[in-house]
Amino acid sequence: MNGPQVDAVTKQQLRDLSATEIFERALGGERRSLGRLITFVERDAAEAETVAELAHARAGNAHVIGITGAPGSGKSTLTGQLVKLLGEAGKRAAVLAVDPSSPLTGGAILGDRVRMEDVAAPDTFIRSMATRGHQGGLSLAVPGVVRVLDAIGYDPIVIETVGVGQVEVDIAGTADTTVVVATPGMGDSVQANKAGLLELADLFVVNKADRPGATDVRRDLDLMLDLSHVSGQDQRTGMRPEIIMTTALSGEGAPELWDAIERHRIAITGNGQLAARRVGRDIDEVRNRLLADLEGRVDVLLAPGTSPVEVTEVLAAVADRTLSPTTAANRLAARITTL
Amino acid sequence: MSDAHDTPAPQQLRVVLAKLGFDGHDRGIKIVARILRDAGMEVIYLGLRQSYMNVVNAVEQEDADAVGLSMHNASHMTLAPKMVDALAAAGLDVPVIVGGIVPDEDLPLLKDKGVAAILGPGASAEEVAQTVRDAVAAMHANTPR
Repeated sequence: MNGPQVDAVTKQQLRDLSATEIFERALGGERRSLGRLITFVERDAAEAETVAELAHARAGNAHVIGITGAPGSGKSTLTGQLVKLLGEAGKRAAVLAVDPSSPLTGGAILGDRVRMEDVAAPDTFIRSMATRGHQGGLSLAVPGVVRVLDAIGYDPIVIETVGVGQVEVDIAGTADTTVVVATPGMGDSVQANKAGLLELADLFVVNKADRPGATDVRRDLDLMLDLSHVSGQDQRTGMRPEIIMTTALSGEGAPELWDAIERHRIAITGNGQLAARRVGRDIDEVRNRLLADLEGRVDVLLAPGTSPVEVTEVLAAVADRTLSPTTAANRLAARITTL
Repeated sequence: MSDAHDTPAPQQLRVVLAKLGFDGHDRGIKIVARILRDAGMEVIYLGLRQSYMNVVNAVEQEDADAVGLSMHNASHMTLAPKMVDALAAAGLDVPVIVGGIVPDEDLPLLKDKGVAAILGPGASAEEVAQTVRDAVAAMHANTPR
């Protein structure tokens, strides 16, 4: 029913297994254990480092596809259609669906599964993730989870994020192949040029292509891509992104999208960009982890009650308007490096 | 082992919400989803016309802590125990909480069949959230380590 299964283990039993044992069970096809591993990574639990070591040694095989676009552009439905095709082609795909958390309560309603599950092949692994509530932030949690899915043997891995907010854009932008979904009625060609999101695209999809205005969107994107060429901005990839028209609801255009993703994968594999992107991605992760660590140190340094006397004095001087925040930060920066 | 495996903090509870089979009344489940979100939980919302298998898959893959079933078509005596059994058969020891229209005389019967809690009309937001937290805590307390 669900691909390979080993003896079921209860949640309670999982609690008594080591991270290494759970990893072995996940490798053996137990999805419950894979679910748990992802939770360790997502929460940066005590086991996260062990999981990362085990996963990193085995990962690096999966093609990572980022799909991003405005809310309601049809990303989830399109992802469902892609995953359906992949299942039919005998591929064992995974989806990481990122949805926003409430900024007030930290809670979240993660509703993307419902658009994918019914069409996806039975051994597709779908995990929903909320944007908040991660130790160290989303930019650390997502690559960590992708690494685990990759190590367990899922390929390709689709990351779906709403294209709002820098972090979400960054995440989609660090995939091997980044797909940006546009729809009719989202603004004119000037809007298309404004959005920095568009510059990250390896491929464009004009979804809801059955609606009026779809060909206008295509024309606007084409024009924008012409201008990228004029200004030399397309040198990042050296390739002009293709534009694919889809109607996700009916599945029309999904095979063409998959073919275009494959063409992109083959092209960047051939010209060395894929390897370069992956190394860059890992180094970015080290960088982001260091930044998160540094942020923690800054919080400790500034926390009332725990900060050293000279820090308290500097902060008091800012409050008295005898010292500017700029100077204060410059003085304290020296302190942080000695922590 | 470290304590990191222990019951997650209430803020981090992950709850799968679904309606099974033919039951088109989803106003209630949408309200419950919002209530749980506002109580700081992560809701994996499956919505209408789900199968046992969909719910089992979601609990496995999402590492969920609880399942909430919304039932408004008098199918609770048939479907809720089957959901409990399907989860147990997959080794998934997560509590099943039923919300909706359940006659009083069915309440003890459902509990006998393994349903952790039943929420009827008029349950307050706080009651809904606390019932989920309690059901998760009780599930962990009842299982020998």
